[in-house]
Amino acid sequence: MTKLINRRPDRLQRLVLGALPFLLVAGLYLWGSEQRLQANPNDKLLPAPSKIIDTMERLAFEPSKRSGDYLLWTDTAASLQRLALGVSAGALIGLVFGIVNGAIPLAHANFSPMVTTVSLIPPMAILPVLFIIFGLGELAKVVLIVIGITPVLIRDLQQRVIEIPREQLIKAQTLGANTWQTIARVILPQIMPRLLDSVRLALGPAWLFLIAAEAIAATEGLGYRIFLVRRYLAMDTILPYVVWITLLAFSLDWILRAVSQRIWPWYHGKSRQQPVATS
Amino acid sequence: MSLIELRQVWKSYGDQVVLERVNASVEAGEFVTVVGASGCGKTTFLNMLLGTEAPSRGELLLDGQPLPAEPDSRRGIVFQRYSVFPHLTALQNVVVAREFQMSRLLARLVGRRRRQVRQESLELLSAVGLAQSADKYPHELSGGMQQRLALAQSLINKPRILLLDEPFGALDPGIRADMHQLVLSLWRQHQLTIFMVTHDLKEGFYLGTRLWVFDKVRQDPHAPQAYGARITYDLPAGRKAEPGPAVGISLDRGDSDKVPAKLLLQTE
Repeated sequence: MTKLINRRPDRLQRLVLGALPFLLVAGLYLWGSEQRLQANPNDKLLPAPSKIIDTMERLAFEPSKRSGDYLLWTDTAASLQRLALGVSAGALIGLVFGIVNGAIPLAHANFSPMVTTVSLIPPMAILPVLFIIFGLGELAKVVLIVIGITPVLIRDLQQRVIEIPREQLIKAQTLGANTWQTIARVILPQIMPRLLDSVRLALGPAWLFLIAAEAIAATEGLGYRIFLVRRYLAMDTILPYVVWITLLAFSLDWILRAVSQRIWPWYHGKSRQQPVATS
Repeated sequence: MSLIELRQVWKSYGDQVVLERVNASVEAGEFVTVVGASGCGKTTFLNMLLGTEAPSRGELLLDGQPLPAEPDSRRGIVFQRYSVFPHLTALQNVVVAREFQMSRLLARLVGRRRRQVRQESLELLSAVGLAQSADKYPHELSGGMQQRLALAQSLINKPRILLLDEPFGALDPGIRADMHQLVLSLWRQHQLTIFMVTHDLKEGFYLGTRLWVFDKVRQDPHAPQAYGARITYDLPAGRKAEPGPAVGISLDRGDSDKVPAKLLLQTE
């Protein structure tokens, strides 16, 4: 018989095996929900699927009685906007400082200790400071995301720049390149796909900081909604919101990967003409 | 005046002396191959010519002027690996070299100059046998093809000196032989002066007009780092120096009759 370490699943087996844990969790939930609702029809902890669907229909397709907004969509738009602003700003700062620190030893000596120090500050600890300085508006929440992810991005990217083989930088100089040209044509284009990789990894912490900031001070947003309805034990809202956030995070990650494969085929070991698979 | 002149060049890192009292002069059009045991300073020597390292003492002159201590476009280089840019296609890898020279600010060309440079680059790519692979990325090329590309890239800006750091060390023997023919024909055609570091003594004799052996003359078994290597043999190799006239060879030491046997022992 083939040894276990040599047995590889085919496509169908992979699908079934991958789906199994999800089905298991769903089954456990349904069973638990049913048990609790039988004991107490008003139980709020594990609402029935029908209840969850009702609630989501209300949040997504009926205007709120109070504000007239479609809550799910206004929450989603508000959160995604904060996330996009924070992550883009963080990526831009990370790119600039990462390249400058990695490529120019004098700049590295100048900025690196500061970046390392700042990256050790727990961002949540200075959230009150941000609220005091920037007020309770959008800016404080965006800045929290920026502060949370930027030091890591800078450190990651400067390391990626340093990892570019020295031979390439010497080669560029023997071809007549000056510092600026070397950065523009050799370093930057090779760092861009790595920036996207780092951003994909930074999205996890970015969501964390977003939801934390929204939980404390906001008037709409996915994190705000979850923490608002927590008071009423409204699991029928919280659970689908969590699933929705997960789905958004997954889609963002997938889109970034697809973009990277399309724009930088060389980075993914693909050739120039051949159509690029996105899966 | 010689193209390259080394006057009493020393190189040491702290206590460790790598090269000591290296004297030599090289005329334009020579093909100098450099052999020697591992750690005898041949790569250090090449790096000094390249400008990534400076001599600790002594002078290294190019056209009578001290070499600047950083790489520039007068000295081309092909390394054993990592010589080409992985994010550019073969053609772009050659074009970018012209763009560095012709567009100081953006390093990008447009319009007529761009078409002209593309044409020039394509011609050079065909000369090294890569016309079919112009649109491929380096990771799609074999090791030998990548080195061909690196040669084309180094040559398009017409450097005075071409430095080769074990460029064929990672290639199969058959491909190596092809590369030898290519390097020789480029050397003749572009009237280059070449310095090539190699592990392979036969290769050194075959390709060069002149073969240098780096070795330590003095040895202290209790302090192996105390003495550095010198050019112990400076031999006329099989090839005639081609663009210029044949070069007079001066040996550093007088015991050249014992050379072949000793050489083989030292470099194996």
